[in-house]
Amino acid sequence: MRQIAIYGKGGIGKSTTTQNTVAGLASLGKKVMIVGCDPKADSTRLILHAKAQTTVMDLVRERGTVEDLELEDVLKVGYGGVKCVESGGPEPGVGCAGRGVITAINFLEENGAYTPDLEFVFYDVLGDVVCGGFAMPIREGKAEEIYIVCSGEMMAMYAANNISKGILKYASSGKVRLAGLICNARKTDKEFELVSALAAKLSTQMIHFVPRDNQVQRAEMRRMSVIEYSPEHPQAEEYRELARKISENKMLVVPTPLTMDELEELMMEFGIMEADDESIIGVAETATK
Amino acid sequence: MSNEIKKIDGITKESTQAMIDKALEILPEKARKKRAPHLAPNDQASGSACVKSNRKTIPGVMSARGCAYAGAKGVVWGPIRDMVHVSHGPVGCGWYSWGTRRNLMSGTCGVDNFAMQFTSDFQEKDIVYGGDKKLKQLLVEAKELFPLAKGISVLSECPVGLIGDDINSVAKASSKELDIPIIPCNCEGFRGVSQSLGHHISNDTIRDYIIETREFAEPESPYDVALIGEYNIGGDAWSTKPLLEEIGLNVKAVWTGDGEMERIAATHQVKLNIIHCYRSMNYMAKVMEEKFGIPYMELNFFGPTKIKQSLRMLGEYFGETIKKKVEEVIAKYDPIMQAVIEEYQPRLDKKKVMLYVGGLRPRHTVNAYEDLGMDVVGSGYEFAHGDDYDRTASEMPDATVIYDDITEYEFEKFAEDLKPDLVGSGIKEKYLFQKMGIPFRQMHSWDYSGPYHGYLGFPIFARDVDMAINSPTWDLVKAPY
Repeated sequence: MRQIAIYGKGGIGKSTTTQNTVAGLASLGKKVMIVGCDPKADSTRLILHAKAQTTVMDLVRERGTVEDLELEDVLKVGYGGVKCVESGGPEPGVGCAGRGVITAINFLEENGAYTPDLEFVFYDVLGDVVCGGFAMPIREGKAEEIYIVCSGEMMAMYAANNISKGILKYASSGKVRLAGLICNARKTDKEFELVSALAAKLSTQMIHFVPRDNQVQRAEMRRMSVIEYSPEHPQAEEYRELARKISENKMLVVPTPLTMDELEELMMEFGIMEADDESIIGVAETATK
Repeated sequence: MSNEIKKIDGITKESTQAMIDKALEILPEKARKKRAPHLAPNDQASGSACVKSNRKTIPGVMSARGCAYAGAKGVVWGPIRDMVHVSHGPVGCGWYSWGTRRNLMSGTCGVDNFAMQFTSDFQEKDIVYGGDKKLKQLLVEAKELFPLAKGISVLSECPVGLIGDDINSVAKASSKELDIPIIPCNCEGFRGVSQSLGHHISNDTIRDYIIETREFAEPESPYDVALIGEYNIGGDAWSTKPLLEEIGLNVKAVWTGDGEMERIAATHQVKLNIIHCYRSMNYMAKVMEEKFGIPYMELNFFGPTKIKQSLRMLGEYFGETIKKKVEEVIAKYDPIMQAVIEEYQPRLDKKKVMLYVGGLRPRHTVNAYEDLGMDVVGSGYEFAHGDDYDRTASEMPDATVIYDDITEYEFEKFAEDLKPDLVGSGIKEKYLFQKMGIPFRQMHSWDYSGPYHGYLGFPIFARDVDMAINSPTWDLVKAPY
């Protein structure tokens, strides 16, 4: 069983990419489970055609304790036999979402959700690893492969580098490795080259360049993956290609994150960022008139 | 306080320092450097602290300290009898702090005393989704079940602070809806280095939520006082309060032993605050002095010598009427105390005591042992600050060892060297010393006995000390090696 965690900047398209890729793997005949690790609980809707799956934590809240839950209450099967679980959690601003992830994953382990027939388990994790709970999927004995979804935008690359720093920390004490960057294209300038260059600097690969295509949105409106909605569409082929690459990927590395200066240099090289002009720092607009 | 320097045969500053150095040898250099300033021979003449205090305990040593929640629940808030005290968080903190301090309460349970264990009993879902809604519901239920409670305190356990629940806003809203004082106390256990911060936080909540919100029903008199830092351990307040009344004072409120919320809330109307446990209540004593101009006086009700001194200070303060009564009271009790001393001193004379407790006892009880002819040869506090050690210097004999946040290892080593006839400390120390063959009294809770305060307490104290030290049991025990 290969356990894979997907990280990346908030809003970059982790859930969409994960579900389309998982659908791709399923269409190749693979047995897959998705564990959504985000209180928003939108990691399985395209597989289940559901608005929102009942989450582990929702049921815990409803019934009282974790011990009151049965696995079949929270584990649903969707497109291509993909098993789906959402950890769930609180609304923003209250409680502890990280603890929700820990509770949910512990529940899955104790109740035998990780059956031997599974070939892949995907963890779709909330954008930033803000506390220990969101690092739960990459703790000892869980995901050892991490893919970072990013684009050629500055903040997405900045986030990818930051996440690599986190992976480095866990890599030194365990088996977790960076397996590649997935470029979810935003049609920025020289995006392919830039993300490839960043991947090289991180000692990893850009495993696939997923072009931007509105077919993804058209499928999403129907709560479906592109693979299921329009298997013949070129975009479906892109996700199948990504699924194949992940399936065959052997390049697992301890990342070499960049310093801020190196990252900025890289962006300047590709013209995304201009060289610092120290004379303008902290000077208000009115002061220059 | 005598101007004479008290010495103990065989104890010099050099011998004490050598004992300290020897006990520290086992520690790695870094830890030794940190521990060393917390152990020192007393300089009685200096009147100032000889050790460093109120610092984080070194990881790896065995410490007897508690946490901020313990200071709030166990010490300051818990003893107020006519309030519901909610341990907000998982069940353990509330359960294990229930009744263990032996702060006794009068009244009828459920009517005017609520010595029960109230907890929000956090589950996983309360951590993940937050516990504010549960707290709100709990407050409604507490009010419904116990409509006679005068108020509710909400004492935060660690997880509440970790997940950032806003208990203050829940308390505010519910207090209004339920028409009952609800006091949120952010005393999460991880805050601060010991229970001491819990005392401070609790004092601050009394200042912010309680004081000045009530008035005494009875008419004012020039002899209105409050007894602050008296927790009624084993019934202590039931000895000190009548004693103060016997000398003509009106004890309008006791903080917080067998305490009543509305009396505490009206304490801004008294004329003098008599403070016993300085460490846990000096904050509010100072607030009342600054804000309401109420002076405070630190007194000691352990043993006849200190009681007499304390009563005479009160006589001096309040003038002729009280002074006269004080002398009458002293004349009444002196022979009784003398009889106690005559009975026990022959068996206790020159016996050596080591103390390690909290609050006020490491200094306040020293003279009570001396009244019985005994010598305190080592003393220290779990969670004291510099001002406590300043006040300890004059009470302890010169050159005796003073220890702050002592480790169990150091304590054991010192006992091996000093060979005390009695150790007075907590439950965690009790069996260690008894196994070493040293008589022991649990001096946090008076070892299921008490009261020890006041004239009522001294005979019991003397009996208990005698019983511990001179019990024939020790002669029946033979070490198998």
